[in-house]
Amino acid sequence: MLDTTLDWLPSAFIGLMALSFLIYAILDGYDLGVGVLLPLDNSQQRDTMIYSIGPFWDANETWLVLAVGLLLIAFPKAHSIIFQALYLPTALMLAGLILRGVSFDFRTKAPSADKQKWELAFKLGSVLATLSQGYMLGRYITAFDDSWLSLGFAILSAICVTAGYCFIGATWLVMKTEGDLQRRAASWAKVANILMAVGIILVCVSNLLLDARIMDKWLGGIQALVLIPIIALFSFTFFAVDKYLRKVPVANDTGCWYPFFSAIMLFILCFFGLAYSFYPYIVPFQLTIYEAASARESLWFIFVGATLVLPMIIGYTIFSYKVFWGKTTKLNY
Amino acid sequence: MFDAVTLANDTSFMLSRIQFAANISFHILFPTINIALCWILVFFKVRYNLSQDETWLRVYRFWVRIFALTFAIGVVSGITMSFQFGTNWPGYMETVGNIAGPLLGYEVMTAFFLEASFLSIMLFGMNRVSNRVHTLATILVAIGTSLSAFWILSLDSWMQTPAGIEMIDGVAHVTSWLEVIFNPSMPYRLMHMLLASGLTAAFLISGISAYRLLRGDNKQSVKHALNFSVALAAILIPIQMFIGDLHGLNTLKHQPAKIAAMEGVWQTDTGVPLLLFALPDQTQRKNHFEIKIPNMASLILTHDSQGEIQGLNDFVDAHPPVAPVFFSFRIMIAIGILMWLFSWLATYQYVIKKRYPPWLLKTGLVMTFSGWIATLAGWYVTEIGRQPFLVTGILRTKDAVTTTAPENIVISLTLYILIYGFLLVAYIRTLFVMANRAVILEQGNTSITGATTTTDIEFADKQANTENQGVK
Ligand code: HDD
Ligand code: HEM
Ligand code: HEM
Repeated sequence: MLDTTLDWLPSAFIGLMALSFLIYAILDGYDLGVGVLLPLDNSQQRDTMIYSIGPFWDANETWLVLAVGLLLIAFPKAHSIIFQALYLPTALMLAGLILRGVSFDFRTKAPSADKQKWELAFKLGSVLATLSQGYMLGRYITAFDDSWLSLGFAILSAICVTAGYCFIGATWLVMKTEGDLQRRAASWAKVANILMAVGIILVCVSNLLLDARIMDKWLGGIQALVLIPIIALFSFTFFAVDKYLRKVPVANDTGCWYPFFSAIMLFILCFFGLAYSFYPYIVPFQLTIYEAASARESLWFIFVGATLVLPMIIGYTIFSYKVFWGKTTKLNY
Repeated sequence: MFDAVTLANDTSFMLSRIQFAANISFHILFPTINIALCWILVFFKVRYNLSQDETWLRVYRFWVRIFALTFAIGVVSGITMSFQFGTNWPGYMETVGNIAGPLLGYEVMTAFFLEASFLSIMLFGMNRVSNRVHTLATILVAIGTSLSAFWILSLDSWMQTPAGIEMIDGVAHVTSWLEVIFNPSMPYRLMHMLLASGLTAAFLISGISAYRLLRGDNKQSVKHALNFSVALAAILIPIQMFIGDLHGLNTLKHQPAKIAAMEGVWQTDTGVPLLLFALPDQTQRKNHFEIKIPNMASLILTHDSQGEIQGLNDFVDAHPPVAPVFFSFRIMIAIGILMWLFSWLATYQYVIKKRYPPWLLKTGLVMTFSGWIATLAGWYVTEIGRQPFLVTGILRTKDAVTTTAPENIVISLTLYILIYGFLLVAYIRTLFVMANRAVILEQGNTSITGATTTTDIEFADKQANTENQGVK
């Protein structure tokens, strides 16, 4: 009886899960990006960059735990298909996340002669985690197909995601830092902006060409018209950000948040594009969310909790960002 | 062809078990310290708030840095854990996902976010929020770690003693969430684990403080920390022994095969002796070299010297491997007894003689990580004692394993073992580096001895400056 009345639950959970993945990509995206960009030639800038993400990285990564947790809770069958198919890249990603997570702390606590080594580990861990996430995304989009073409696509996707994270990371630094580092971040952001734009175009085109079903979904009818505003929005954001970055440092730092918010916008757009391509499949073209969902009573039990707890989580996330608002300063215990 | 497949599956099975055990064993080391350490930090902070005595703030500052390091390793190894279910035990979620899913979900939503969000305010926020908000943040992190233990132990206990479900087409469905969460072994396991955490943290603190005293660090803050941790251990250990006994009685009721393995009892009998030592032999189904106290096991477990205890032979094919359970159990008990001796002796010395003799400090140093060993041993009793089941009576472990190729698991397992081995060494080393730095700190450059390098001293000086500023 419960089963038929609660049939909206799988959709609600796919929404929650997608939201968590999106928030994860944005939040951990910027701190992974900062890790990837860590310069090897300037220890002061390294310090500031790490301070800028210090208070946030832990909570940011928790969104990954939640997103993967929701996949596990609500769609256990999909979880096991996906993670068995992505077994090795997952292990590599975890190794990367472990390395960077611990380096952050060891760096100031281990003997000071080792500080630089831990910072290198921080950078390498970030690169490893970012590349494997991009690769996993590419494998997912191509439905875990093993042909060379698909593997090539996955590698392309690894590079694009890295460019995207670098972009959002660099714009984060433009917002959170000043002086030389801010200028340097702006120049990183400029390059990453271009790389990311090229990447998005390549991924979209090759994805359409690779799979007729996705081609049909986007171009097979009147819905093709929505592409016009989407493309317009993309182009506008790209050029406006580029223009702003060329002017950094701006007097009074006016609009230093602007590139970062544009980056968030771009992430959201890409994410919805992806979601639209595959809905209602949770494992592309194999398993829909309805087939994969677990028992409705269990979903209901967790849904009630989620609606109570998520607003609280968002509340104290905002509180924490407020406490560490403004330009980055040294972190003291 | 068929045989090759079975072989691959068997290999995947063994490797997955090793990998899971390696991962969780590594992971649990860090939460075990932090669940209690966080409450201890709350205590230090509140002591400071009430007395305005800066010594307590110094104790707090030294230990909060260790807490942060421990937390970071706990988090990243925990993230790895949360992927293990899907990658290596798909059959687990397919069969009992309706129970495990929501419990894990509640852990993430109620505990992890709370910890992660307030951790940064607790660590770096002292100068950014009011003292009261800072204390509150510390309390919230402590609540978070304990909540996390609550949910995960609820799930683990449910796997030991399942309740509140019905099986429909081979899949578990919940009939009562209350019975699932508060299943029969849950209260005992939660208490026992929280106490284990308290003891682990207490011995870590006393070990590191003893080390600092032995290095000639006579600061009041070190003595405060040592006195506090010794007193804490002295109070917790008898409670732990009492709860452990109740825990065992409860297990006898629900998992008699596990108790039989713990006690090395093969044949159901009355007046069963307590084995202090033996070599259990599973092929001959008997023990060699027994050293025993007559009737004692019956007395402890049934509170009657002639009470009957079921033997392993009543559970052929459904009992755990005997030797690991048997030995792990004895290791845990032995460390429990050592902890009791140490903490009471130290308390006695301090109360009567007002000082700790050097041999006692050295013993304390040797016992720095005794909590880790007892905790791991305890978990091995619990988890290996549950075999061959993953969920007692409902799901056998071998039916839950992944179909991933063994080569993949070899790669991931090697990766994890390398990283974890390295991190474990780095962690322990760093604890002592931090202790050495603190010895030099505040003491001036007069009696610098030992292996610290110049860069360390410079670094310590820099930190001394910032820390002094912070104190003002
Ligand atoms: C939520 C579930 C859960 C929790 C909290 C724990 N375990 Fe566990 N454990 C399992 C769920 C599990 C499992 C998935 O069910 C395994 C994998 C294979 C198996 O037999 O059970 C397992 C196996 C397993 C084994 C191998 C047993 C064997 O195959 O013979 C060891 C040594 C441990 N665990 C150790 C631990 C430790 C040290 C824990 C402390 C935190 C712990 N487990 C908590
Ligand atoms: C199968 C078992 C387990 C899984 C899947 C798991 C999962 C996790 C995850 C994902 C994290 C990181 C959370 C974050 O991002 O903040 C974590 C941390 C933590 N876990 Fe576990 N865990 C397991 C076993 C345990 C057990 C048995 C306990 C306690 C008795 C425990 C207590 C904690 C605590 C207190 C933390 C916070 C980090 C810290 O204090 O170091 N976990 N765990
Ligand atoms: C000396 C008296 C002790 C007794 C009688 C005792 C008893 C037990 C028993 C019977 C179990 C297995 C329960 C089961 O799986 O059903 C257990 C598990 C465990 N023990 Fe102990 N124990 C003692 C001391 C300690 C100490 C000193 C520590 C650590 C500091 C410790 C840590 C653990 C842990 C972590 C577990 C696994 C979790 C659990 O099942 O609660 N124990 N203990």
